[in-house]
Amino acid sequence: MPHFRQNRLCLREYFNMFNEEENRDTFDIQISVSDPEKVGDGMNAYMVYKVLTKTSLSIFSRDEVCVKRRFSDFLGLHSKLASKYMHMGYIVPPAPEKSIVGMTKVKVGKEDLSSVEFVEKRRSALERYLLRTVKHPALLKDPDVLQFLESSELPRAVSTQALSGAGILRMVNKAADAVNKMTIKMNESDAWFEEKQQQFENLDVQLRKLHASVESLVCHRKELSVNTASFAKSAAMLGNSEDHTALSRALSQLAEVEEKIDQLHQDQACADFYLISELLGDYVRLITAVKGVFDQRMKTWAKCQDAQVMLQRKREAEAKLQHANKPDKLQQAKDEIREWEGKVQQGERDFEQISKNIRREVGRFEKDRVKDFRVVIIKYLESLVHTQQQMIKYWEAFLPEAKAIA
Amino acid sequence: IFLCVSPQQEGLDDGPDFLSEEDRGLRAVNVDLQTDATLQVDISDALSERDKVKFTVHTKSTLPNFKQNEFSVVRQHEEFIWLHDSFVENEEYAGYIIPPAPPRPDFDASREKLQKLGEGEGSMTKEEFTKMKQELEAEYLAIFKKTVAMHEVFLCRVAAHPVLRKDLNFHVFLEYNQDLSVRGKNKKEKLEDFFKNVVKSADGVLVAGVKDVDDFFEHEKTFLLEYHNRVKDSSAKSDRMIRSHKSAADDINRIASTLYTLGTQDSTDLCKFFLKVSELFEKTRKIEARVAADEDLKLADLLKYYLRESQAAKDLLYRRGRALVDYENANKALDKARAKNKDVLQAETTQQVCCQKFEKISESAKQELIDFKTRRVAAFRKNLVELAELELKHAKGNLQLLQSCLGVLKGDT
Repeated sequence: MPHFRQNRLCLREYFNMFNEEENRDTFDIQISVSDPEKVGDGMNAYMVYKVLTKTSLSIFSRDEVCVKRRFSDFLGLHSKLASKYMHMGYIVPPAPEKSIVGMTKVKVGKEDLSSVEFVEKRRSALERYLLRTVKHPALLKDPDVLQFLESSELPRAVSTQALSGAGILRMVNKAADAVNKMTIKMNESDAWFEEKQQQFENLDVQLRKLHASVESLVCHRKELSVNTASFAKSAAMLGNSEDHTALSRALSQLAEVEEKIDQLHQDQACADFYLISELLGDYVRLITAVKGVFDQRMKTWAKCQDAQVMLQRKREAEAKLQHANKPDKLQQAKDEIREWEGKVQQGERDFEQISKNIRREVGRFEKDRVKDFRVVIIKYLESLVHTQQQMIKYWEAFLPEAKAIA
Repeated sequence: IFLCVSPQQEGLDDGPDFLSEEDRGLRAVNVDLQTDATLQVDISDALSERDKVKFTVHTKSTLPNFKQNEFSVVRQHEEFIWLHDSFVENEEYAGYIIPPAPPRPDFDASREKLQKLGEGEGSMTKEEFTKMKQELEAEYLAIFKKTVAMHEVFLCRVAAHPVLRKDLNFHVFLEYNQDLSVRGKNKKEKLEDFFKNVVKSADGVLVAGVKDVDDFFEHEKTFLLEYHNRVKDSSAKSDRMIRSHKSAADDINRIASTLYTLGTQDSTDLCKFFLKVSELFEKTRKIEARVAADEDLKLADLLKYYLRESQAAKDLLYRRGRALVDYENANKALDKARAKNKDVLQAETTQQVCCQKFEKISESAKQELIDFKTRRVAAFRKNLVELAELELKHAKGNLQLLQSCLGVLKGDT
């Protein structure tokens, strides 16, 4: 499988570049996910990944820790983080998608190219997930995150259904439904939120479109690579049967050039995928999480509204009881009023807090987004440059051979 | 969508050398022909109508056979086929490689795409629609130019052939300014043709099996049989490769459009970034499309042409083979007649005729096959050199665009 081995190197290479950029930051923490290993047999089998953390931060007990984790552990971590922080307006990076088809192939023991690629794709996605998670200043300090990275044994995560990517979407949709059912539509006093929501909506649409086009490009480039290889073989055969010596040689040379070009296309398709396509996929999922926090804010506001309505009702009830002669009930009504006043205040505080958090989170998110896209697109253009430079080399070598046909 | 295009039409693309290269390359792309002042033929204009193409065949000649020195007529594809078939059916030309007939103009795929685009107009933005329409129109134009080139090459080959250029049907084709009234073959005739071809290939198998006394022809037979099959394979594979290339270029086109939209909508510094990259991809996509188009012209068309030429050369060998069989049968008949002492004179005459026919074909066939090799080598050389030069030119163009954009983008950070 010589072609695949080269692919593997290429993937690692591209990923290390992405990793490096991350670490020139203030955070000073390096995480790598590597060495996927199959444990067990048949349908109960699973992959285990090595998670290596290198850091000088004091919150960690050691400056280098290595643990073994499986996919559901990652999902479990995300589930915990989402339940703790999403309702406060923190954008919790989503975990990679589950894939029944992909995993089944691996379980069943198919050592073919597609299942090996699947594992590599997943390994890479898990690494990016952890890197994004620790980049978040609050999440980095979270005990669940520390436990995940450091502790040698981790309790088996259950109900990882809940907050996978699909799970988040379900949650977002439920929140959206709740919003739609609100009798009083939120009067957006803060134009910033309305504007941002619209922007993220537009961004979502365009990124999905872009992602689809890039996936199509990856597919066509792979196809081009295969067809070029096929043509190369055919040209070699043609060269063999050509009875004019110089032309025969030139055709064989052409076949060699095309074979090298097929490898170029393959490597380029790899870059297309691992640089651009996966980045876009990550951001499509991230934006779902962003939309989720906006909806959480709406939910918080709705709760606040409900509390106010309740308070109003309690006040009205108390007012009515003023004229009736039921001192116990009156006292109860007054107590309830106090209770609901408290809830209203809490609701207002929560709403203010989540609004503040979201502003900060969105600011941070946008900064990261700008950096991510800049870094990745530049890396991608550099890969395109490399491809063209190689093309020039190959055709320059061929030209004198073609001219030598006499 | 109605298009009226002519090979001289310029300005469809503001890229450098877009049309001029193609125009230069189109004339006699796959054959190395000496232009002869005594008879020059070209297709000076062409008109594409709903389901037919009208070619204006322009002739310049100092030969006394023609009434004028320069004249033009309008011909359709069926008339080219009629001319080609008349050569094939002419016993006098049995010893020549008959220039292969040009393929039928096929705009079906392109027309279908244009139609689909029209239907899908509502689902895309105005910019996208205009862009795609321009793309498809350019594709249509490219196919059109190719069919003009292929019809022209056929006529040039005939005009360059020392014997075929004198053919009466050819002169009528060039000069008679009315419709030749060449009807398409009816069902019965098509069926007859089919059986004729079946017999020919069965014959071919028979004849191919007999080892030739003449080393030259034995070698040619072995060579052509294998070469033809391999050219066929290479032609198909090159087509597939080029199609993938075009698909990838289309994807980059879509990516550029979406990046542009992102650039106009983004609230961060990325907006300038996206716009710059979108602009870059627009340009590189055009270059990629050019690469695919040039590969099509220089490689795919070359292989397609030699697929047809090698078939024509094989046909010549089969005709010679049949003449040989006839000659051998005439010999056997003569021996029999002599043995029985019956109809000897008749048998002798038949045998002489067959012998002359066989020797005539062998003599011209030898020269034709040598010429075929010369032409083939020259055409491959020309096209492979041009292919390499164009690939280099485009790669360098791409590189320059990429590096300059990278310089700007990195500088901005």
